[in-house]
Amino acid sequence: MGQSSYFVPATAKWPIVGTVGMFIMMIGAANWLNAGPTGPWLFAIGGAIVIAMVFGWFGDVIRESRANLYNSAVDASFRQGMIWFIFSEVMFFAAFFGALFYARILAVPWLGGEGTGAMTHELLWPGFEAAWPTHGPAELGGDFQTIPGFGLPLINTLILLTSGVTLTIAHWALKKEQRGPLVFWMFVTILLACLFLSIQSYEYVHAYRDLGLTLGSGIYGSTFFMLTGFHGVHVVIGTIMLIVIAIRCMMGHFSKKNHFGWEAAAWYWHFVDVVWLGLFIFVYVV
Amino acid sequence: MSNTTTAHHDDHHGEHPTGLARWVFSTNHKEIGTLYLVFSLAMFLVGGAMALVIRAELFAPGLQLVNPEFFNQMTTMHALVMIFGAVMPAFVGLANWMVPMMIGAPDMALPRMNNWSFWILPFAFTMLLATLFMPSGAPAAGWTLYPPLSLQGGNSLAFVILAIHLMGISSIMGAINIIATILNMRAPGMTLLRMPLFVWTWLITAFLLIAVMPVLAGAVTMLLTDRFFGTSFFNAAGGGDPVLYQHIFWFFGHPEVYILILPAFGIVSEIIPTFSRKPLFGYTSMVYATASIAFLSFIVWAHHMFTVGMPLGAMLFFMYATMVIAVPTGVKIFNWIATMWRGSMTFETPMLFALGFVVLFTIGGLSGVMLAIVPANFQYHDTYFVVAHFHYVLVTGAVFAIMAAVYYWLPKWTGHMYDEKLGKIHFWWSTIWVNVLFFPQHYLGLAGMPRRIPDYAVQFTEFNMISSIGGFMYGFGQLLFVYIIWKCVRGGEKATAQVWEGARGLEWTVPSPAPLHTFDTPPLVEDNVAVHRDRLT
Repeated sequence: MGQSSYFVPATAKWPIVGTVGMFIMMIGAANWLNAGPTGPWLFAIGGAIVIAMVFGWFGDVIRESRANLYNSAVDASFRQGMIWFIFSEVMFFAAFFGALFYARILAVPWLGGEGTGAMTHELLWPGFEAAWPTHGPAELGGDFQTIPGFGLPLINTLILLTSGVTLTIAHWALKKEQRGPLVFWMFVTILLACLFLSIQSYEYVHAYRDLGLTLGSGIYGSTFFMLTGFHGVHVVIGTIMLIVIAIRCMMGHFSKKNHFGWEAAAWYWHFVDVVWLGLFIFVYVV
Repeated sequence: MSNTTTAHHDDHHGEHPTGLARWVFSTNHKEIGTLYLVFSLAMFLVGGAMALVIRAELFAPGLQLVNPEFFNQMTTMHALVMIFGAVMPAFVGLANWMVPMMIGAPDMALPRMNNWSFWILPFAFTMLLATLFMPSGAPAAGWTLYPPLSLQGGNSLAFVILAIHLMGISSIMGAINIIATILNMRAPGMTLLRMPLFVWTWLITAFLLIAVMPVLAGAVTMLLTDRFFGTSFFNAAGGGDPVLYQHIFWFFGHPEVYILILPAFGIVSEIIPTFSRKPLFGYTSMVYATASIAFLSFIVWAHHMFTVGMPLGAMLFFMYATMVIAVPTGVKIFNWIATMWRGSMTFETPMLFALGFVVLFTIGGLSGVMLAIVPANFQYHDTYFVVAHFHYVLVTGAVFAIMAAVYYWLPKWTGHMYDEKLGKIHFWWSTIWVNVLFFPQHYLGLAGMPRRIPDYAVQFTEFNMISSIGGFMYGFGQLLFVYIIWKCVRGGEKATAQVWEGARGLEWTVPSPAPLHTFDTPPLVEDNVAVHRDRLT
């Protein structure tokens, strides 16, 4: 790797662009939620600015990396940054998994009259029997059915696990500097990612249209859609990363020693993979 | 690592932008540190003004100055502004300025992201403070935003939640940067157990931030979807539970409390050895005590909610786990005292604030142990006793440590000595009035006065009047602090590189004011360079 000195850019123009974009986006989102007429427009404008910022900022980083301005210490800083970013994402999901476990193990049985919940049960909902899945004593959202784990979700699990394998095969190719197989296996991975997203979308439509399972289906609907939904958003982000990285592979940006951009995307992909395993077990199967 | 941390700057010799562009586009840790500190000071004054509205209303029983809705907005916003706007950015600003200099690094590990983490803050607080001017007013359900109350407010909820998301993004990026800097940018020979304690406490704080800010993000996101998208996380009718919010919130909230105090421990551990002219007593035990406190902070959250109803076993667990925290905290306090033991002590302003911290923070710590006792907690919960407790740890704890740090490092930042006489007046003025302000609140709470209420029974009048007088005197006294800083920036006696006779560590080896780029070539840290203080002399 190039320079022996640590790269400190003189100025940074993209952060303020990103800040203004996020600010407009958040103001737009808040207006939108309060049914303000300008909300969706502001949200879209802010979003566009943020996307432009991401392209611009990463573009600069890629150019600097290609110009050999980064040494091994900068590489190590990027690795630290990515590791801790993924850790923060893990903790975000932990909050929602925590909500799921709390509801299933404590709150719902208490509503049914167990333990410290006896009086709540007696006074508010004497007829409620604890069970999972549930939409609560008020039966919010009407009757619903759940999606069985050993159907499409199992297929999705296999798809994601396979995508982890194909990504690793791509990594082997990258380490041997064989661009053909590298690009091929990257595209197989992206294809599997898109397949996963399609099946997940189909499942959502199916849940809403045929099963009566919606975001409003009490605590089951809330935890089901928020967990799988945030996971889905992260898969979309991961897929975009993989597409960008695949294009960079085609352009020959990576060498067998110097390809942290590739690895960061791969780490992220394995992270969404692991989160899915948690979802599959605790949301669909158990 | 010998050649890995030398810096490459595009801007060597001169092209540094000036004016507004210098600050908006900066990647320099010292400039960004200054931005953080100035922003924090501004928010300290804004949050302080809100506190004065509260104290003015509480000067006498009855409703006289503001209506109850606005009073509730003030208590809510005061907390949000002080925690996320004043104390946290102050610590990040200090870390930005000092951590690279203390470990011999050329800058922060990720300089552009550093700029981003700061500039999000003014925008996030614009969004938060703007809710004051909305027709439905600012959020008024308390800074903890407990449902169902918080979900019944006006249009401001969405703005507040999204502003909190922005603050969270800023904190997480700031924390990632600090960890990457500490783990990756240390000068050769600066092993982990030679790092100054301020660096150690910040390393652990940054870990806490990355672990819990996303949890807060999750909690407020659930509020948002419960309010706007029909989910039932906190709605028992749908099988959820409002208490669930409190569990998630305090899983964030308790480590957050230590985020607000661990860097203060680090600051005091720098200052006391300097002015005692002795190495810090028990350096390694300080590191392990900090790590223990951080670990324990994850398993004590439910002591904030003993009165909501939970199984007896859970209450016992959270009570004992909470009390265990007193052990590592006691280790720290005794270590500070042992550091001073038979030292050649002098009492310049930073040392005065550090000593004020040790005494007054301990009062807050002891009232914390009282609050941890479940049966007593049932009595104290949501009374002014709690208010007194957390203001002792946050104002005379965190804020005093920040002021100590400012006086301690101001000569290094500006190249001038501050006005020592005014500094001492500021310390004594603050210390006397802050106790007049908060100590009577203990009695009010024990007598049963609830918090977050604009009116009270007449028997609470005298202590409230005393407290309000203390509040106004302490509050306006802080304008002196602003003046002292301003005066020091403008001029004053030239500071030497070492500034304080007993100061040790890399930051005191560079000139005052510290040049824009320090340690372009990393210094070699050896045992005889006084960093690891208890191996000295």
